[in-house]
Amino acid sequence: MLAPWQIGLRGALAWLLIVAFAATAVAAPSGQPIRIGSTLALTGPLAPTALLHKIAGEIYIEELNKANGLLGRPVEWVLLDDQSKPDVTRSLYEKLVTVDKVDLLMGPYATSGILAAMGVAQRYQKVFIHHSFGMPHLAKYDMHFPTAAFGFEPNVTLPTTVFNALAATSQPPKTVAILTSKFPSAQFQSNGAREVAEKRGLKVVLYLEYEFGTRDWGALAARVKDAKPDFLWVGALGLDGNQLLEAMKKLDYAPPRHFHLFPAPGPLALAPDGKLALSSTVFEEHPPFMTNPGAVRLVPLFVERATKANVPYPHVDTQAAGSFAAWQLLEAAVTATKSLDDKVLGQWLRTNRVPTIIGTLRFDGKNNYGDDLFKVKQVQDGKWVVVWPKEFAAPGTRLLPP
Amino acid sequence: MPSLTLLGQAVVSGLLAGGIYGLLALGLSLSWGLLRLVNLAHFALALLGAYLTYQVGTAFGMPPWLAALAIVPAFFLLGMAFHAVFTYFRVTELTSLLVTFGVTVILESLIQWFWTADYRRYETAYATASTRVGPLFVPTLEMLACLTAAGLAVATWAWLRFTYVGKALRASAEDPAIAAAFGVNHRAQAFLLSGVSAAYAGIAGAFIALISTLAPSQIWAWIGVVFAVVIIGGLANPIGALLAGLLIGVSESLTMAVVTPAWAPLVSFSVLIVILIARPGRV
Repeated sequence: MLAPWQIGLRGALAWLLIVAFAATAVAAPSGQPIRIGSTLALTGPLAPTALLHKIAGEIYIEELNKANGLLGRPVEWVLLDDQSKPDVTRSLYEKLVTVDKVDLLMGPYATSGILAAMGVAQRYQKVFIHHSFGMPHLAKYDMHFPTAAFGFEPNVTLPTTVFNALAATSQPPKTVAILTSKFPSAQFQSNGAREVAEKRGLKVVLYLEYEFGTRDWGALAARVKDAKPDFLWVGALGLDGNQLLEAMKKLDYAPPRHFHLFPAPGPLALAPDGKLALSSTVFEEHPPFMTNPGAVRLVPLFVERATKANVPYPHVDTQAAGSFAAWQLLEAAVTATKSLDDKVLGQWLRTNRVPTIIGTLRFDGKNNYGDDLFKVKQVQDGKWVVVWPKEFAAPGTRLLPP
Repeated sequence: MPSLTLLGQAVVSGLLAGGIYGLLALGLSLSWGLLRLVNLAHFALALLGAYLTYQVGTAFGMPPWLAALAIVPAFFLLGMAFHAVFTYFRVTELTSLLVTFGVTVILESLIQWFWTADYRRYETAYATASTRVGPLFVPTLEMLACLTAAGLAVATWAWLRFTYVGKALRASAEDPAIAAAFGVNHRAQAFLLSGVSAAYAGIAGAFIALISTLAPSQIWAWIGVVFAVVIIGGLANPIGALLAGLLIGVSESLTMAVVTPAWAPLVSFSVLIVILIARPGRV
């Protein structure tokens, strides 16, 4: 039997422990901030999509700092505007390393900028995690880690996934027209689509490349109409697909089926001409993706923030999810190794699998690439939903015919 | 071998794209030719006009023609205000490039701050409407823009050729001192012309809002080709600007239809180089 004073002492100690635990659990990070440097295309032609990466990054850093930061220290994101220009990107990464002396780097948006920044990261032997690189064969730096989970040969695997999806429908296409932007990753993957289509016995009735920033879509639309393909592959960036579909509608023509490589997701989903458009994705806001790590927490925050920023399609898809995954990767590596040393982080990332919002990533393949996690999605009722492979399709949906 | 329908459609498409080039070139050609101001901000004003048309159309449901009725006089005043600043700081032909480049960057930033860098599309019921002429389709909005460009070009040409103000403006551009000796008030007329140029940017903007998808960086997409149009058409030559626009538009479109779309951007500058070689005193 304990004396009242002993019971009181134990109670006080228990409270002390609870308070101490709670204080530790929600302790604000303290000390010198860990500075993570990156650029994004805040202006220029890539800015509309880069905005999604900015919102995702800001949310992730805020969430990180609301918890315990990294290694108990607050995290500061040093973000610069690369103006959508690879030469500016290269100079700014040089500045981030040599002048701003950031602790860690994060990649910029889009292939050309990433390639430019990767050279700088390699020179200074910095770990380089990036989220939107489309030409894996060019990424030869041993400490680059991509979350654009294309696999090593997206020019083969992605078109194969798309043509597999189409082949599984009741009316598989027999003829294909391929139009592509000359933006490096779009051209690379579209050229692959042409080879894959021919190998599968499909007739490529038109193959055209257009300059990034083309203004007059009327002539291109007329050529597609003239070719009468069963399926149109557009190596599109941003709004290329919207403008092409609109130009075709003015000619009283709509392609039976159309795939868009890197579209601005909102405008295509919301445009009347975008109905049943196809694209590829690693994440959409429905099961089974919503069970991936971080999805339940991050998706509502992104929707709220993107709505506030007037983003027309305020949903997490490939772009925002790729960004979240990149930050998850960085957090996982730093937390696991308790280190900011680039070599230590690089070694850990190469030898470990990391569960992220887009799935589990690995970097033990050629040029640090792992699996191709891309799926086929389609605009249905004004929203993107995954339709292929079947096991990833949104509940109750399938690839709809034209 | 491309079909005749394809070639015909490419010509139609090129003519209509050329109309937009001509419409954008009109104000720039006037301010450069008659005021000796190379106004890069003209493109930013056009895009601002496009965003304003989009904004009043989507937020308040105001039809674009009504929006244009409000934007045109507002831009006229804005153009005069810009000219007051240029006059105050004694901006010359050369420095105008630098100053208006700065103004363009500021306007682009303001547009991006207000509307974000994301794409904006002004959806209207008639956005994809076309008229069928035999096997060819003529998009309604582009045709309207082209007709407006033609109407404005002819009206401006007549204004410059037959009115006192037009003649005085041309005289001042030719020889300001002699024009002043004959009682021409160049200062007042320069304000008027600046206002008119900016108003033309507003009209172009209204059509851009209806035809194109809007993004702040779009400002820079027009500059190269429209400059080529202005130079090919001849400074302060409204009809020339329109015809040059049509020439470039059709050349680009035929290149896309017959050769490859990737070569289209080379066309405007190739035509410009050929014309400058053939007629070296063009600028």
